[in-house]
Formats: sequence, C-alpha cells, structure tokens
Amino acid sequence: MSAAISITDLQVVYDRFHALNGVSLEVEAGESFGLVGESGSGKSTLLRAVAGLAPVSAGTISVNGQKLGPRRDKAFYRQVQMVFQDPYGSLHPRQTVDRLLQEPLAVHGIGDGETRIQRALDEVGLGSGFRFRYSHQLSGGQRQRVAIARALILEPSILLLDEPTSALDASVQAEVLNLLEEVRRARGLTFLMVSHDLAVVTHMCGRLMVMRNGETVEMLSAAELATRQASHDYTQRLLAASDGFVRHPGTFSPG
Amino acid sequence: MSEIARTRREWLLSERPASRLQARLGRAYVTWRRFSSNRLAMVGLGIIVALLVVAALADVLAPQSATIGDLKNARLLPPSSAHIFGTDDLGRDILSRIIYGSRLTLYVVALVAIIAAPVGLLVGTVAGYAGGWIDAILMRITDIFLAFPKLILALAFVAALGPGIENAVLAIAITSWPPYARIARAETLTVRNSDYIKAVQLMGASPFHIVLRHIMPLCISSLIVRVTLDMAGIILTAAGLGFVGLGAQPPLPEWGAMIASGRRFILDQWWVAAAPGGAILIVSLGFNLLGDGLRDALDPRSGGQ
Repeated sequence: MSAAISITDLQVVYDRFHALNGVSLEVEAGESFGLVGESGSGKSTLLRAVAGLAPVSAGTISVNGQKLGPRRDKAFYRQVQMVFQDPYGSLHPRQTVDRLLQEPLAVHGIGDGETRIQRALDEVGLGSGFRFRYSHQLSGGQRQRVAIARALILEPSILLLDEPTSALDASVQAEVLNLLEEVRRARGLTFLMVSHDLAVVTHMCGRLMVMRNGETVEMLSAAELATRQASHDYTQRLLAASDGFVRHPGTFSPG
Repeated sequence: MSEIARTRREWLLSERPASRLQARLGRAYVTWRRFSSNRLAMVGLGIIVALLVVAALADVLAPQSATIGDLKNARLLPPSSAHIFGTDDLGRDILSRIIYGSRLTLYVVALVAIIAAPVGLLVGTVAGYAGGWIDAILMRITDIFLAFPKLILALAFVAALGPGIENAVLAIAITSWPPYARIARAETLTVRNSDYIKAVQLMGASPFHIVLRHIMPLCISSLIVRVTLDMAGIILTAAGLGFVGLGAQPPLPEWGAMIASGRRFILDQWWVAAAPGGAILIVSLGFNLLGDGLRDALDPRSGGQ
C-alpha cells in the first residue's frame, strides 16, 4: 500500500510564531490516523496546511504520491475534502441544503446534480425532507451531517476531520462518529482526524500522533493507547487528564 | 376563503419545504411578516408606493399643465378650490408641478441607487476579500472621495459637466458610493475568515466566484437598508443642487428648483415654497421610515438564524 498523505519536515509560521516545527507524518491509504494534543499544539494547523488553508514555509506535503505546491488545483480538491469543527459556522447562513450541496458540483462542472444530491443526503441519513431547509432550521447533528454530505459529494479519497464531534452533545456525537465509520468502510476512505478527546481517537483511529507546541511527541497505535503503554511523560499526563478530575483522598478536608 | 389562506400560510411556513421555490417564498414571507408588523415601516412603504403611483399616473392626476401657466390672470394666487396649493410667479398650478416633479425625484433617486450601490458593493467586497495592496489602493481612493464635502464635490462636478438633471444624478452618484464601499468591506471582513467561506475555498472555487456568489449576497441586505436611508439625503442633495440652480433647469418642475424660485416672495406668498418643501419632507420621511423597517426585517443578526 502506498502513502495517501506523506508529510516531511513541515513548518508553518504565522507572524514569526512557529505553529508547526518540522513535523513528519505518513498516512497509508485506507487508514484512519488521529492527531491529539492540547489546544494550541498545532494539530489543527497541520490539517489546515494539508488543505491549503495555512501558510507553509518549509517542508513538503504529498497526496497520493503527488507533491503539492503552494496553490492547489481543482483535481486536489476532488481527492481531499474537509469537515470543520463547528457545524454552526461551516454552513452558509443564507443557503438551503440543496444550494450548499449543489455548489461543489457547479464548481467542478459535474452534471447529474439531482441524483448525486439525493444520494449524498441518503448516505448521511437525512431524507429528502431536509433538502430545501436553511441551516437555521437544522439541529447541530443535522448540520454536521450536511457538512459531511458536502465533503463526500465530490467523492474524495481523503477526508480531513477537524474535531468533527466536539461541538455536539454526547448522544449525537456517537451517531456522527458511527456515520463517519460507516462511510469510511463503504468507500475505503483515508481519514486524518484531529481530536482532543482520546476516547474518540481510540475508537476511530488505528494509529495516532501526539503533538505539543507544534512538534511531534510520539507515535502510538490505538491498542497501545487503550492499554496506556505510552512511553512519553506528556502522553501519560494527557491520559490522566482525559480521565477527568480525580479527588485524591486525604488532600481535601471540608469545613 | 380563510381555509385557503390558512393552508397557504402553512405551506409558506413549512419546516420541510418540498421545492426550491417553496423554500425561497417561505423565507420571503417570514421577512415580510417581520416587516409588516412594524406600523411605521408600513407608513413609510405607503408613502413610497403613493409616490410611485403619483409619478406613474401624473398625466391623469395633474389638473393642469406643469409648464404652461396663465401669466395674465393667475400669478401668485393663494390656495383655493381652483388651485389647491396656489400658483407660482408664472401663473402655473403648483399642485400639478409637484405631481410632475415626483417623476424627477424618482428618476434621481433610482438612478443614483442603480449607479452608486453596485459600484460601492463591488469595490468594498473586492477590497475586503482580496486584502493586501488591492485593499489598500481601493480603500485609499474611497477615503479620498469621503474626505470631500458631498454637496461641494457634487457642485464641482456639475460646474465641470454643465448644469442639468443628468449631470446632477452623475455628480450625486460619484459622491455617494464610498459609504457603500465601506459597509460592504466591513461585512466582507466579518465573513471572509468564516468556516463556510473556507469550505467553498476547499471546493476549489475561484475568488471571483466566492465574492459574487457567497459574499455579495450577505452584504446586500445591509446595503439595501443603507441605500434606503440615504434616499432622503439624495433627494435633499438633488433639491440643494436645484436650489442653487445647478440641478434641473427651468421649466422642469423639480422640487428644489421650485423652492428656489419661491424664495423671492417667501414672506408674502409663502405657499410657493411651502408646497414643494412639504413634498420633500414627506417623501424623505417615507424613505427613512421604510429604511428603518427594512433594517429590522433584513438584519441577518436579529432572529432568523
């Protein structure tokens, strides 16, 4: 199997601030790869750099064996699509679901819009009853399903997921994650997924990379994470933090 | 009958529209309901509709000619049953002149809006979306136009181009686009980094396509509000140009020019200046009320989402 995404020594600099500092990464085709770390660790920046939304100052990114320049062409966007974190901000407030899904087809000059939109809505579990609604007429989970449908309608082979469920409540989270897992299996997609929720990453991803301050801390498999075999101190602390607040007996005395 | 009305309303307000048309009509209906619940806005709309009707039916409504008067018998007559608003110094019926003058007012307002609003929208959205040196150049040009006093710049243009209503329109349009560019740019800056614009970029859409199809529609409602509120100012500027003799030329019944000609006998024959002044007041008020109502109904930040 060849690498779907291959990143070497990637640097992203915003106004002299090093958001990413020499990160390298290989994601196999059909794999689901997780990026974890605290806020500001550069995991979302890495995703945006692949999508072409962050300024790359050094290093290379290759997708399906092709090296990417600073400008992406239309063929790239048919291979790589992204689902954003906040479904309340990622849908145009003045457009119906129909219009949102038509847009990528119009940009790429794809003809059979009717059937594609119908199929995309069915695939994400929204019937045709949702097709002509505006985004403010949808719940958070439904919005995220529309966003996923929009990403899938161009039939990409790679999906970039920027904390796709962190803005949703727990029950809807599980539904959306199951939906993503289903489409990945059905279409053989490659996922590159950012999350700060270690449980989500363990559930969704085969391998993952822990990041801090724009640098790689370590690479782990999901099995290692589940059994807590992290070698690095920082990962251990991240794991402890994800257990939530634990009161140590004897350290707290009321009154 | 009420049964039909009720089912029609249910169809419009449906949470599950079945077609593109139904979704669009439903949205328009919600906006209309919000607008029509505002009494003052409806008064404003009524005034503007009345202005449109009067202008369209001027030939039927005007009792006498607007340009030919009776110099021998009818000079400066006070208001009476024969001449409701009296007559002016050339013996012309003032009511007829005001009715025909509504056409000129509409002509000026509509042309200025058609010229200035698209120019401002284009300059503002392109500057806001492109950023960098394109933004700097376009906005400095805008600043230069904003730095001139509006009426003085219009006066200069009319003086250079020659007096006349077309040149007055052109002069007002040239001086009134910069605020629209500012508004459009400010709106563009608030949406250009949003995820939904990023999502369109990720489809591979060109900047031109994004500005035209995704950013401009978001700027249009605040621009419509601003243009409507500016209508009163445009009417007053046109009247001001007419007043100093650089707008419409005699014998055109332009309201500002009518006030100017009535100025000479304002103490003894007050009605000559008062009637066109009242017309300007009412129409300006109508546009202001309409603009306020539209702001409440169209504001994307209040309700709706």
